[in-house]
Amino acid sequence: MAHSKLTARQDLILGLVALCAPLGDTCLSRGMTHVPAISLSHPSSLVAAVFTPWIAAGIALLIGFFASYLTALSWADLTFVLPATAFGNVIVALLSKFWLHEPISLERWAGIVLITVGVGFVAHGPSLTERPTPPPESAGYAETLSELEEERVR
Amino acid sequence: MTVPFPAGSTGPWSAAGMIAAIVIASTTGEVLTAAAMKSIGDLDEIRARAGLKGAIRAVVTCPLFFAGVGFLALAFFSLLFALNHLNLSLVAPASASLTLVTNAVAGKFFLHENVDRRRWTAAVLVCVGVYLLAH
Repeated sequence: MAHSKLTARQDLILGLVALCAPLGDTCLSRGMTHVPAISLSHPSSLVAAVFTPWIAAGIALLIGFFASYLTALSWADLTFVLPATAFGNVIVALLSKFWLHEPISLERWAGIVLITVGVGFVAHGPSLTERPTPPPESAGYAETLSELEEERVR
Repeated sequence: MTVPFPAGSTGPWSAAGMIAAIVIASTTGEVLTAAAMKSIGDLDEIRARAGLKGAIRAVVTCPLFFAGVGFLALAFFSLLFALNHLNLSLVAPASASLTLVTNAVAGKFFLHENVDRRRWTAAVLVCVGVYLLAH
């Protein structure tokens, strides 16, 4: 496994993955609790809900999450991206403690510590599994050509 | 005190089945999406070469990507179905933390990623951490 050092831009993309998903979920949750109960007999009210500020912000954040997530998967392993971006859970828990003044139990503090240690573990390792480089296509093509040539001569 | 299985509706085996459905669909979706993105190549490089439209075209013309998104959608609907029968405090932490471990296993066997001791440790620590945080 090669130690693929991440660039500042790649770190930023991992940060966006970690932040956008929990913040988007929080915005959706907050928006949906302020929307009157939606019934299946009036689906248009669900469409109208999409244009309320909190839900629109949540959707925008989740689109940002998916774009950054796909970008991260294009240059890093799945088993690197998932634990590395789990730090977003910790950020949301800390925001709920210091911004919304919600109490955090001892169990949750233990969870925060475990996730932080886990992210530290994986972040110090390589981000991408090194694959053996395949032989150049031109070599195989040349071999096939010479074989065909021999066949033709025979 | 909340009861994880609301009265008269779901037993522990049904609950395990619902959570397993979420975990399997989610893991399949993540693995297919990761395989699609690896087959496409570095999106930053594609964007630098062919612009944002080129990068979007590269993603939306990959069938594996749509297979992955299909399974992720299936995982989402399985989650909604489970939430209709079980409590959020059981479904969310259980599915989120189990998915981390199944992804590590699937990454090793299907994507041939080098899941070394460091990554196993991280997956298990984050798995237990997410469970404690969300429980």
